Amino acid sequence: MTLSSKQATLLVLVALMALSPLFFPSGYYYRIGSLIFVNGLAVTGIVILTGYAGQISLGHAGFAGIGAYACALMPPKFGVHPALAMVLGAALSGSVAYVVGRPILRLKGYYLAVASLGFGILVSMVLSNETALTGGPDGMKVPELGLRAVLNGWGLELTNPQFWYALSGLFLLVGAWLALNLYDSPSGRALRALHGSEVAASTVGIDVAAAKLNAFVISAIYASLAGSLLALQNRMVTPDVAGYMHSIEMVTMAVLGGSGSVLGAIFGAGILTLLPQVLTVFQQYEQVMLGLIMMLVMIFLRDGLLPSLASLMRGRGE
Amino acid sequence: MSETMQFLLSGITVGAVYALVALGFTIIYNASDVVNFAQGEFVMLGGMITVFAHQAGLPLPLAALMAIVLTAAIGVAFNKLAIETARGAPVVSVIIITIGASIFIQGVAQIVFDKQLHRFPAISGDDPIKLLGATILPQSLWVIAGALVIFTGLFLFFTKTLLGRAVLATSNNRIAAQLVGININFVMTLSFALSAGIGALAGVLITPITLVSYQVGIAVALKGFASAMLGGMGNPKGALVGGLLLGLMESLTAGFISSQYKDAVAFVVILAVLFAMPQGLYGRKSMDRV
Repeated sequence: MTLSSKQATLLVLVALMALSPLFFPSGYYYRIGSLIFVNGLAVTGIVILTGYAGQISLGHAGFAGIGAYACALMPPKFGVHPALAMVLGAALSGSVAYVVGRPILRLKGYYLAVASLGFGILVSMVLSNETALTGGPDGMKVPELGLRAVLNGWGLELTNPQFWYALSGLFLLVGAWLALNLYDSPSGRALRALHGSEVAASTVGIDVAAAKLNAFVISAIYASLAGSLLALQNRMVTPDVAGYMHSIEMVTMAVLGGSGSVLGAIFGAGILTLLPQVLTVFQQYEQVMLGLIMMLVMIFLRDGLLPSLASLMRGRGE
Repeated sequence: MSETMQFLLSGITVGAVYALVALGFTIIYNASDVVNFAQGEFVMLGGMITVFAHQAGLPLPLAALMAIVLTAAIGVAFNKLAIETARGAPVVSVIIITIGASIFIQGVAQIVFDKQLHRFPAISGDDPIKLLGATILPQSLWVIAGALVIFTGLFLFFTKTLLGRAVLATSNNRIAAQLVGININFVMTLSFALSAGIGALAGVLITPITLVSYQVGIAVALKGFASAMLGGMGNPKGALVGGLLLGLMESLTAGFISSQYKDAVAFVVILAVLFAMPQGLYGRKSMDRV
């Protein structure tokens, strides 16, 4: 039996997740691992929007912000459990994406980029200006999820970093599995068709507007869940989660690894999450590196690192 | 009444800067079909280089001139190294390249210069002038005069000189322009130099009023872009009108509605223009070739 590329991708992910902890010198690495998974989840959403459907968004951090602040605000205000708040946050992000996406997705290229950017900045502006509700630029506390205590009660003793490593990993696996399933489904094929040519796609009966809106809503939900996970894990949240730089980072992670492939994008998320950790000594060079990576990858490796490497290997093999 | 007048005056000052930035967008867009998200960094460089050259002992006019020339050179280098090499790339890639350039230039600026806010002395001092019941800084008059000179100069350049017409021809149709013997590469170089130089000049003029730090570029770029879109992408007259309108809307919003949300005006304008009249006030209707 040969593995389909979908099964291979998931297997690689599971293996990396399960085996990496064997090499962790300290508990801190679980924390970095779970950050990679959270970013990977958000970036998987970008793969669906940008890689499959060819639409750019520079405002997806806005949805991460909605997800994060849902977990911070709903439990104290409405007495909702944080886990339910996460679901409600995702539903809210999805609805906002549906309403905003309808007009925005009629636009193309630069206009779409700027419109989505404007949306993201508006969200972060509201989060930092409505001090009475959100605590302003200083951010606010987020309640404990409480799931780890339940697991401990069942005899599954996990440290906090281990727990978040496992939970974020699980979310990423499910997210990647769904995204991979979407790829070959009728909806996924529709997205890839309109990526190639919207006119051609509509002549074969694809509702281009509806397909794009679907991709936008799905990717918003991914970003929202990632924002919630980040907030619950950090136990606090600031408006930066919805900021311009966060949106740019998401897109950069996706294109760095290869926005056309789920594994590639997660790989990109891994590199860009690790980079600041490795570069702590050179912290002031972080921005220079980020900008340089964005330019070099787009000029020389347009498909992203992983797909470019893969085609290089295939070229050698023949 | 005098309050409203005050808001109008400050709106026109800021608007003149937005108009210059929008003009920079327009020139590059016409020459290369690229929307350059790094446009705001030219403004930042104009201010920062002048500050540091002045601190190093250069007289202010010389420092400003150096800033404009250096920034223009950076614009040309950006075109040669990034935009030309990536010619033919999909729009998404080009967007990421220019954003990457913007982040890169910011990163370099915070290493080469620093992270502080800076200013240098205004050209004609800081004593406000009374005007129609309100006051205006002499520097604001310099900003407005600078914008007027640039717009008039470029209008003459594009309509009266052979080189200017060559640039216009290139923006209309690259291949046709090449066929009649126009040196496209030179036109591109010229456009990036002009655009970056104009951005730097805007930075030099506005720094005594609004101060400059390595971070100011992004906000300026977005507002310049909003102005260019409001006026109609690719139209210099639109850039002027769009910039002034946006400046006025912003300062009236800050005055009468909420100063916290004055920066939101630009995005509301972008979204409103996109949905209501995507071609802007003076733009051409865009068509897709299948």
